Amino acid sequence: MAPPTIAAMPGELHEATRGGALVPIPLEEPVDDPRRSDVDEWGRSERMRALARLLYGPVYRNWFRAEWEGLEKIPKTGGALLVANHAAPLPSDAPVIMHGIEEEVGRPVYGMAEHLFRAIPVVGTLWSRVGGVPADPDNAYRLLREQQQLALVFPEGTKGTGKTYDQRYQLRRFGRGGFVEIAMRAGVPIIPIAVVGGEESMPALFNMPGVAKLLGLPYLPVTANHLVLGPLLGTLVYFPSKFKLRVLDPVRFDVEPDQERYSKSRVMEAAEDIRLQLQDTLHDMLRSRKSVWFG
Amino acid sequence: MGKRVLVTGIGSFWGGRVAQALEKRDDVDVIIGLGTDEPRVELERTEFVRADSSYSILSRIVRATKVDTIVHTFLVVDSTRTSGRQLHETNVIGTMNLLAAAGAPESSVRHIVVKSSALVYGTSYQDPVWFREDTPRVGSVKTRVERSLLEVEGYLRDFALDSPQVAVTLMRFANVVGTDIVTPLSKALELPAVPAIFGFDPSLQFLEEDDVVRSIDFVVGRTTAGVFNVAGDGRLPWSEVAAICGKPLLPLPPLFTGAAVAPLGRLGLVDLPPETLGLLRYGRGVDNRRLKSAGFTYRYTSAGAIENFAQGMRLRSGLGQRPEPYRYQRDVENFFSHSPAVRRPT
Repeated sequence: MAPPTIAAMPGELHEATRGGALVPIPLEEPVDDPRRSDVDEWGRSERMRALARLLYGPVYRNWFRAEWEGLEKIPKTGGALLVANHAAPLPSDAPVIMHGIEEEVGRPVYGMAEHLFRAIPVVGTLWSRVGGVPADPDNAYRLLREQQQLALVFPEGTKGTGKTYDQRYQLRRFGRGGFVEIAMRAGVPIIPIAVVGGEESMPALFNMPGVAKLLGLPYLPVTANHLVLGPLLGTLVYFPSKFKLRVLDPVRFDVEPDQERYSKSRVMEAAEDIRLQLQDTLHDMLRSRKSVWFG
Repeated sequence: MGKRVLVTGIGSFWGGRVAQALEKRDDVDVIIGLGTDEPRVELERTEFVRADSSYSILSRIVRATKVDTIVHTFLVVDSTRTSGRQLHETNVIGTMNLLAAAGAPESSVRHIVVKSSALVYGTSYQDPVWFREDTPRVGSVKTRVERSLLEVEGYLRDFALDSPQVAVTLMRFANVVGTDIVTPLSKALELPAVPAIFGFDPSLQFLEEDDVVRSIDFVVGRTTAGVFNVAGDGRLPWSEVAAICGKPLLPLPPLFTGAAVAPLGRLGLVDLPPETLGLLRYGRGVDNRRLKSAGFTYRYTSAGAIENFAQGMRLRSGLGQRPEPYRYQRDVENFFSHSPAVRRPT
């Protein structure tokens, strides 16, 4: 018996075509780029960003009453990696930092965060339109080295936002120092920013790891906001804690950019230095803070 | 002495147009077009040979014609066109036969160009904004077309290691659009309302079909070896793509999207395979700079490719039924290629 043959039906296998190009198609000149929207390669739209600033302005000024120290240390040009402590289950610090720098220094800030946002309908799209970029070494390198932008990272990641209120202002481990390696490779300084006020804007009382796991979330706490405002409003509305931000001196690395790899001990050491500096600054700021609500 | 080139998939858009481009080159002496179907574009000096879909006669052709270059365009990347088994047969078995023929000890082949697709990077929410040629894939392999292309690339990598005398070029093409080619994305854009997943507005990258042909012509001409992403500059949101085409969006549910689309597919209204649905959720960007630094210049950006596609679409709808396009007729072609009565440029 002959083996079964798999005969192709004519025309079945490849991309369908319409049979020959329409009209003389190959153009002599390159075609203009007919963009309609201002969404950049990162998904950020300056128009959406401006709208977000307009809406967020009152929160920044009247609710959190953010106050900066050392804003002049943020460079007017060139790439820099901004690094801050991270707090509140629904992080209140990222928008404050981004809004503040964009309003007062006049430069866009790309906020690098968990990929998880991208998977949520509407939220993921809005998040990237207002400047959120998935935290990925490749993305960071392109932003910092090739495009000389400001990028904001929280080295604590979800370890910072997932902690409960009784551990407030206790910096977690700074990952494996990946952010230092990125700054070294990109040849940009790291600018640490200490933030006070974030922890009190949404204090997490206890975590529910079982439920979080079930929902595929990194953490799921019950917050003081839930107790005061109810389960729905409490998830979204912050307490009006006073925000104070202090920009520390830029940390520059005396290494060649674009290296294949950097000494891990050097990277870890630099990461730990920055962590300790931020922790000291937080202690200092808390020492002089008289009120959670009025600063 | 000029090149002797074998083009697979001569009956497809890719193979036919590539052969047309190669015919214009002075440094190409012989072009052999291998295909399961007759060519659908007019060819002047390409010799057409019919083959079965897994290309079992390929080694005989290579031995007999002593070709030095093989352009392998016969890889299926549109899973709506064929069954899973046929896809495997064409992509994996076809490529294995091709590599076996090219790698035989007495083989004359010195350059292989393989058309792959940016589908090999997959789509996932954890993807980087730009995939470089050596960026590993993040998402797991879920669709059969991706799996078969990854297998093909694996065989090709092994082949390149085992056969240092052969230059291997692997090209990963982004979403191709144009006036001629029909893909799941182009079909979606031709609907009265363009399907989109509610809550997602992913950034996509496009490549104009003319740049497809030019890039293959470029690597054949220069014998450029290596892995290359081929895609227009820039990424643009799907909503903007629809806007350029002048179409409203038709939102699909973000959950159980595949299940919601399936009945529409049955009715023949919307045909969106899983890899396209992934693209409509998270998009994909590939870094096209490696091919550029090898010297290639693109004629179209991503947005330019879409604009060109939209113009073609408007022209088609504004135009009446066109006379039947080119049809291959063996006697006529034989006459033109072999009759002494035809004067050929020397």
